[in-house]
Amino acid sequence: MNELVRSTASELAALIHSGEVSSAEVTRMHLERIAAVDPEIHAFLHVAGDAALSTAAEVDAALAAGEQPRSPLAGVPLALKDVFTTVDMPTTCGSKILDGWQPPYDATVTARLRAAGVVILGKTNMDEFAMGSSTEHSAFGPTRNPWDTRRVPGGSGGGSAASLAAFEAPLAMGTDTGGSIRQPAALTGTVGVKPTYGGVSRYGLVACASSLDQAGPCARTVLDAALLHEVLAGHDPLDSTSIDEPVPAVVDAVRRGAQGDLRGLRVGMVKEFAGDGYQPGVQGAYRAALDQLSALGAELVEVSCPHFDYALAAYYLILPSEVSSNLARFDGMRYGLRVDNGAATAEEVMAATREAGFGAEAKRRIMLGTYALSSGYYEAYYGQAQKVRTLISRDFTAAFTKADVLVSPTAPTTAFPIGEKVDDPLAMYLNDLCTIPANMAGNTAMSVPAGLAEEDGLPVGLQIMAPALGEAVMYRVAAAFEAARDAAEGGPLFRRVPGLEVPA
Amino acid sequence: MTTATDALMPYDEVLERFDPVLGLEVHVELGTATKMFCGCPTAFGAPPNTQVCPTCLGLPGSLPVVNGVAVESAVRIGLALNCTIVDWCRFARKNYFYPDIPKNFQISQYDEPIAVDGRFDIELEDGATFRVRIERAHMEEDTGKSLHVGGSTGRIHGAEYSLLDYNRAGVPLIEIVTKPITGTGARAPEVARVYVAALRDVLRGLGVSDVRMDQGSLRCDANVSLMPKGATEFGTRTETKNVNSLRSVERAVRHEMQRQAAVLAAGGTVVQETRHFDENTGFTRPGRVKETAEDYRYFPEPDLVPVAPDTEWVIGLRKALPEPPAERRRRVQTDWDLSDLELRDMVNAGALDLITATVDAGAPAAQARSWWMSYLSQEANTRGIELAELPITPVEVARVVALVAEGGLTNNLARQVVDGVLAGEGTPDEVVESRGLAVVSDDSSLVAAVDEALAAQPDVVEKVRGGKVAAAGAIVGAVMKATGGKADAKRVRELVLERCAQ
Repeated sequence: MNELVRSTASELAALIHSGEVSSAEVTRMHLERIAAVDPEIHAFLHVAGDAALSTAAEVDAALAAGEQPRSPLAGVPLALKDVFTTVDMPTTCGSKILDGWQPPYDATVTARLRAAGVVILGKTNMDEFAMGSSTEHSAFGPTRNPWDTRRVPGGSGGGSAASLAAFEAPLAMGTDTGGSIRQPAALTGTVGVKPTYGGVSRYGLVACASSLDQAGPCARTVLDAALLHEVLAGHDPLDSTSIDEPVPAVVDAVRRGAQGDLRGLRVGMVKEFAGDGYQPGVQGAYRAALDQLSALGAELVEVSCPHFDYALAAYYLILPSEVSSNLARFDGMRYGLRVDNGAATAEEVMAATREAGFGAEAKRRIMLGTYALSSGYYEAYYGQAQKVRTLISRDFTAAFTKADVLVSPTAPTTAFPIGEKVDDPLAMYLNDLCTIPANMAGNTAMSVPAGLAEEDGLPVGLQIMAPALGEAVMYRVAAAFEAARDAAEGGPLFRRVPGLEVPA
Repeated sequence: MTTATDALMPYDEVLERFDPVLGLEVHVELGTATKMFCGCPTAFGAPPNTQVCPTCLGLPGSLPVVNGVAVESAVRIGLALNCTIVDWCRFARKNYFYPDIPKNFQISQYDEPIAVDGRFDIELEDGATFRVRIERAHMEEDTGKSLHVGGSTGRIHGAEYSLLDYNRAGVPLIEIVTKPITGTGARAPEVARVYVAALRDVLRGLGVSDVRMDQGSLRCDANVSLMPKGATEFGTRTETKNVNSLRSVERAVRHEMQRQAAVLAAGGTVVQETRHFDENTGFTRPGRVKETAEDYRYFPEPDLVPVAPDTEWVIGLRKALPEPPAERRRRVQTDWDLSDLELRDMVNAGALDLITATVDAGAPAAQARSWWMSYLSQEANTRGIELAELPITPVEVARVVALVAEGGLTNNLARQVVDGVLAGEGTPDEVVESRGLAVVSDDSSLVAAVDEALAAQPDVVEKVRGGKVAAAGAIVGAVMKATGGKADAKRVRELVLERCAQ
């Protein structure tokens, strides 16, 4: 394996900006790596080699002309989740219903990446419309976990996470509605950040559940995530729910955190996220992480968030409700798949298209949501779920008076075998138990590699949660933990991804 | 299926047996430059699908952003209808599948509208005031337009194919809903018409919409139900759509009263349904038959943040509201010294705004009134259109009045100028120029014409000189004839007398 593809984004940026290596070279290496391993991993739905090389050439030309890099990540490749619109690539959201759809506009995230000179390698696989925890619900086949290709990489952003762990890209973009950035990060030993709701524009992000969706950075290190975070974040007048506040200085926070001093910082351990449902190896890695934080000087406190127990149930009413409405537009009338089957009326074409175009999980959630919003059921389901949402926010508020950040395992288990839970929706949903509360309340949370589970040698993620716009303290803790863990273990976790050698 | 052969009960009998209850829903398309949730232009009549973007096409990933001017218009409309403007309100999604609604949901307001609990006093034809209570005014986006091709009904069922134009999709709408209107008796149809007309005047005065019923920028859905005399519980209502003129509002209500009465009298029940008014027959016919009640699954629009109008801002908007039409009418009546009947005629003719604007443009009130109430009213009648729809503006009328006052036109010429403007020949000055209608006021050419006429009728000259001044009329007539009517008759007469005296 070429050492360039094992490098972090910040290392690559330094090489490119100092002229030691061209962006074109870095891009080419990653495209070669994709060509070599993606037939097995299937992280990408679309690879845009020519466009990527042409962006890289532009960055190189500007640097050669003596211009300052357009951003700290100019020239660095990135894998874009196939949920962001792109004028020069299809956008399918992992669904047959959008197969081949090429949007006429760029998402704000896409536009910001382009403006920053980030090289977009292609679009990554995902559970259909970001609904799933394993990427098995993609209409285009599952993505495999680079740590063990018989296992899932998590989801919905399994493609993005796997692309990082397989060294196909040093950076990736995800979206997190109930854990779709953090849970795949945990299952692939990478870093994934769900910013504060409204922190990164949703314009051009094909909606799953509008009030929960949040785009965020995926990377192999906390610093890389922070660098990408600063490229993405900031107010967008095209998104009414976008926060009009200064972007938290997360790169500075990471540099401060990496010095390894967490004295005076209170870390709250969420009492509800421990116990029987958690795989022993996950519990072990989590306890080791807590010890590590304590050794860094942090004060560990136990906090209780009693309503987190209801988060999953409430989430599976709010999310499907919004999904049922957001996905209504896919009807074969204007774009995407159109199934006629000799239908005589527009209504019949719509029904036939949706029948053929949506997968089982999408249909399940559309049905759930349609039911939850129905007249006579609205108050009992959607209305009650919104009340739970308020109670979860209050739990967070109370907890953050006792602690600066909260921690938990990111997911109850390590990566599970492909096929194990695909027919058991409830078991699948439980994978997002720990990640859902932050989406419900809108605060920020991230997953950072905690270590490997003793029994299966697979990665475990540590979830760090902070208040809304509290990204700086969260990144600081993550960076301190990462540095301490890497020092103790003799290097970053991602260096230990087995196999995946480029065939000769 | 019911057709245009529905039985109707004679109107007098309807009133003997039933009390009507009305509910009027008026949709106003705002005249904002851009759409409700995106920056696309709203101009009427552009080529299909040329005023669209990802947001109003509902493309995946697109997001709405509220048009601040539309919110301001909604608040001003609410204030003008004496509504309470809420401190905080939200948009909601109304979910239903139809090809002209790009997202398969409409962004509207549901249980949290921006303006609630208003009242609106309207003046009926006999001068009586009737108070209409306003339930709410809320903001929403318009749908696209469908054109169903093939099939006999022009509707989606039976069509061979349909064309969709999304230019209108996302145009801001305000929906104004009355509380149930009771106690109108025989006057229900009149109340409905006058309410819509008065609302139109208020909206025009606010400058928030061009309120053109013919173009759909003002649309009225009329809910009508009947209850037996003495009953307290409302009957089942129907909602009649496609009511595209004031006259249609009145006809549709009257028709529904007669139709429902006939159904009830025959022992039937009124079906709660949407009906469409047919301008040609004056009948209503049922809309699409739904097997199940529509469930719109409303929920708060998660892509938008709540709208919280600032109290000071609302107070400022209230202070800046234009004078309400009813108050203005009373003031005009005093200022112009009009009888009740004269005022009512003006109002009924829809001439008040036009006359006021003509006066504002510099014309004396009497002349402004005279133009609009006689010559132009006749012209509108002939054409079968509203006075306001005549292709002449108050400013142009005022200019014609000014030309007459300056002596540049005679009254007869002025009418020709107005005809020219109505015929689309340009402004009054352009018509004067192109038709060569200027009064001949150059004495030298007039004197020549007068001398010629004098020379041709020496006998008349003698009579005048002999003291029969009235005989001068023959000479004046000849001069007017010779100048093609362009001479100022008064001046000609003066010249004739002058020359005869020499």
